[in-house]
Amino acid sequence: MSREPSPLFVAKRTYRSRRMADAARFLPILGTGLFLLPLLWKKSSSDDAPMTGTVEVMLYVFLVWVFLIGAAAILSYRIPRSDETGSDPEQD
Amino acid sequence: MATLNILILASLLYVVLLFAVAFAADSAAQRGRGRWLGSPLVYTLSLSIYCTAWTFYGAVGFAARSGLEFVTIYLGPTLVMIGWWWTLRKMVRVGRSQRITSIADLISSRFGKSNALAVFVTVLAVVGTTPYIALQLQSVTLSYAAFAEFGATGEAEINHSLTAFWVAAGLALFTIIFGTRNLDANERHHGLVMAIAIEAVVKLFALLAVGVFVVWGLAGGLETTLARIEASEIARWEVPGSRWVGLTLLSAAAFICLPRMFQVMVVENDDERHLRTASWAFPAYLMLMSLFVVPIAAVGLDLMPQGSNPDLFVLTLPLSEGRDGLAILSFLGGFSSATSMVIVAAIALSTMVSNHVVMPVWLRMTGGSAMISGDVRLVAMRARRLSIAVILFLGYLYFRLSGGGTALAAIGLISFVGVAQFLPALLGGLFWRGANRKGALAGLATGFAIWAFCLFLPSFGPFALMPQTVLDQGLMGISWLRPQALFGTDGLSPVVHAFMWSLSLNTLVFFVVSIFSFPQPVERLQGAQFVNVFEHSTTAGGWRGGKAQSEDLLIMSQRIMGAGEAQALFSSAAKAQGIDGYLPEPTPDFLSELERAMAGSVGAATAHAMIGQIVGRATVSVEDLMAVADETAQIMEYSSELEAKTEEQERTARQLRQVNEKLTQISVQKDAFLSQISHELRTPMTSIRAFSEILRDSADMNEKEQNRYASIIHDEAIRLTRLLDDLLDLSVLENAQIMLNMQQATLAELLDRSEVAAGMAEGAMVMIRDPEAEDIELYTDTDRLAQVFINLMSNARKYCDAEAPELRIVAHVMGTEVTIDFMDNGTGIPADKQGTIFEKFARVSETKAGGAGLGLAISREIMARLGGSIQYLPGQTGAAFRVTLPLGVEKAVEAAQ
Repeated sequence: MSREPSPLFVAKRTYRSRRMADAARFLPILGTGLFLLPLLWKKSSSDDAPMTGTVEVMLYVFLVWVFLIGAAAILSYRIPRSDETGSDPEQD
Repeated sequence: MATLNILILASLLYVVLLFAVAFAADSAAQRGRGRWLGSPLVYTLSLSIYCTAWTFYGAVGFAARSGLEFVTIYLGPTLVMIGWWWTLRKMVRVGRSQRITSIADLISSRFGKSNALAVFVTVLAVVGTTPYIALQLQSVTLSYAAFAEFGATGEAEINHSLTAFWVAAGLALFTIIFGTRNLDANERHHGLVMAIAIEAVVKLFALLAVGVFVVWGLAGGLETTLARIEASEIARWEVPGSRWVGLTLLSAAAFICLPRMFQVMVVENDDERHLRTASWAFPAYLMLMSLFVVPIAAVGLDLMPQGSNPDLFVLTLPLSEGRDGLAILSFLGGFSSATSMVIVAAIALSTMVSNHVVMPVWLRMTGGSAMISGDVRLVAMRARRLSIAVILFLGYLYFRLSGGGTALAAIGLISFVGVAQFLPALLGGLFWRGANRKGALAGLATGFAIWAFCLFLPSFGPFALMPQTVLDQGLMGISWLRPQALFGTDGLSPVVHAFMWSLSLNTLVFFVVSIFSFPQPVERLQGAQFVNVFEHSTTAGGWRGGKAQSEDLLIMSQRIMGAGEAQALFSSAAKAQGIDGYLPEPTPDFLSELERAMAGSVGAATAHAMIGQIVGRATVSVEDLMAVADETAQIMEYSSELEAKTEEQERTARQLRQVNEKLTQISVQKDAFLSQISHELRTPMTSIRAFSEILRDSADMNEKEQNRYASIIHDEAIRLTRLLDDLLDLSVLENAQIMLNMQQATLAELLDRSEVAAGMAEGAMVMIRDPEAEDIELYTDTDRLAQVFINLMSNARKYCDAEAPELRIVAHVMGTEVTIDFMDNGTGIPADKQGTIFEKFARVSETKAGGAGLGLAISREIMARLGGSIQYLPGQTGAAFRVTLPLGVEKAVEAAQ
């Protein structure tokens, strides 16, 4: 497969939208990390330090969830859509 | 009991509503008014079939047992959806550009369109999904029974299996009606998707309503609810890390691999942009679905009596508080979750079963005649409908056999682990060009073997399918092979344990086998197309046509779609192009349309390949084409045709040579005849002249001498006359100027007469005849036929050179013909003369004096006039002639009338 060499630098607009695509790629990684975080919190059993309860974890998880949904929603409208196809004639 | 009746009424009304919605959406789409049907919202809602009854009811039960762990089932899909740019985008693009109809189709298509792989995936998908369908049936019956319990006043007990049976039957009906409306698997089932979207709204609304009721109605507000959670058994955060990670991964994998998810996400997708919206909207849906799960579980544990099933808290909490309306709504929510999952799963599986199992078998059994008959459509449709019924029946059967107990409740995650085995092959196929068919097969087989051994078989409980000793001590007593502690990995929950081992070994085997084996060309081609899908297809598989012949396309599509539909499609396309009444131009648009239409009958890949064959774009390998169009058979047919033609030409050449030989001989004969005829004519003329001169010149001649000379002259004159008569006779016959004098006679009479006339009695020749066989009624010109017989007999008498000459006459009736064979015991006619004996002036031997060689020629002409023939029969003991004559009975009857 010989591909045409792509230009080294692109216009600012294209650059921005590509970085948005990068952000879209990064979001699930961030989400995974955030969702795994509670595992590092103090478990209930051992020490006498204040233990973590279900309610706190629940609130945390839902907060992260809402954040991820919001971020995904914003990104989904900002990443490039030039290469997508659909049955609608509308183009942008 | 009144509640129960209202419940039944409400469910029936709800089902009627779903039917109506599906029907309305379908007909709106048909009239082309259904733009809103294809909105991103409907797409997102259709994804909600991920939330089955198991999650609707079971999530609360899950939470009541192990706290926040339930949320992992939703976190996995959330991460997958948010990460759509990585995986789902590619999957949907590949699905659209390759016109994929199911996950089995995707995997087989990627790995060289291997049907073996497709069958394997199909079987595994059926095995993995059937218990899940059973689970849905169980949830409906359980929730129904819960209603009955609360409303029961000691009345008739609910028959669980009967309820399950009717639910299964109803679902089969709905799925068959709206899921197989159009055969084309790539076409969207608008009605069905709409119904599922409605169900998605209903189940979300129901769960939220119950949640709101529990939090603000029962618990008395947000603060107190949280306090209740703190006070409940599930207040502590003690989820094992392995389960938290493992279940999140597992649900993420299952979300991608579940056949039903693939169906709504990829197959039913008709605009890639919908995925963009769903990437955040669907996680939001999941978040809302799980929002009230923990509160409901905590309040349920608090309020409900000890030992009540936490799986049904969503239903029993409102019921116990006397909120029947809310309970019915909740029941409908659970019912929606169950039915939408079952419907889509049945469609996805039936597409796989019919496309990858039934159709190939059927095509093989009918020997490819389907290419001509055009009844492929009907068969595929029936196969799909039958598969739906069979799959639902299997689900019902599983429900009956498993007894609907806790074993079934655990099957949700077990089923997830089963389908997650597709993941390495799927992702490997999408991202790694080195992945090949052998690797995929080996990996899948390994993964499923481990899944069955570690999770599926033990799930039926000890002693059912796996003895307890194997569970405790391992396979064949090897402790490393304990199903739930493989290689000594104790301390993991069975599901996470099985998931980890099956998937990692699956991946390992897939990778290793792929590295050390070599793919076929088709695999490499498909691999490049899949992995580099974004570089290869900016538009979804558009045709760059031009070379295609519209006529060829029409012929081909008629065979596949049936004549009527194909012609309708072509004429509408022609109309759209503004050339009404003609064949449409093969524009890329038209070709895509045609391919989509054909994909419904023969599967997408096949349709693509067949058009590719005519259009001539070589994106499909030769091997593929051969399999599809059975090109080998065509080539063989063509070459055998050629062979036949060559043979025919050879035969013609042989005939020409024979004719040429005959002509040369005839020419020689003509020369011979001329000298012969002049000799024949001259000999009598010479003697006539000589003797007439003697009579004229010698005066002193006695009367006796005069008489002798005069009679010599007379005899010679008669001989001349006879010769001339024969010649005249022949020319009359040849010019067809004779009048036939048709009359009735038996063959025996004719032969008797001829025998006398030929003077057979005088010679030494013995006649062998069979009077019984000769008793055949003939209606013909008896005089002429006798002439032929006389000729044959006298020839035999004259030319038979045997010491004890004999002539055998054999008569046969063959159908409407009679054959009379004249066979003597002489040396026969030499082979080089056989071709010319029926020619004029032909003489077999110069030695024996005879006639002028006109007898057989005359006979042949006579037989031709009588509608029969005379042939020389080679290979007999002596000279043999066969006279063939029509019986002419009908003509006799006509004449008699």
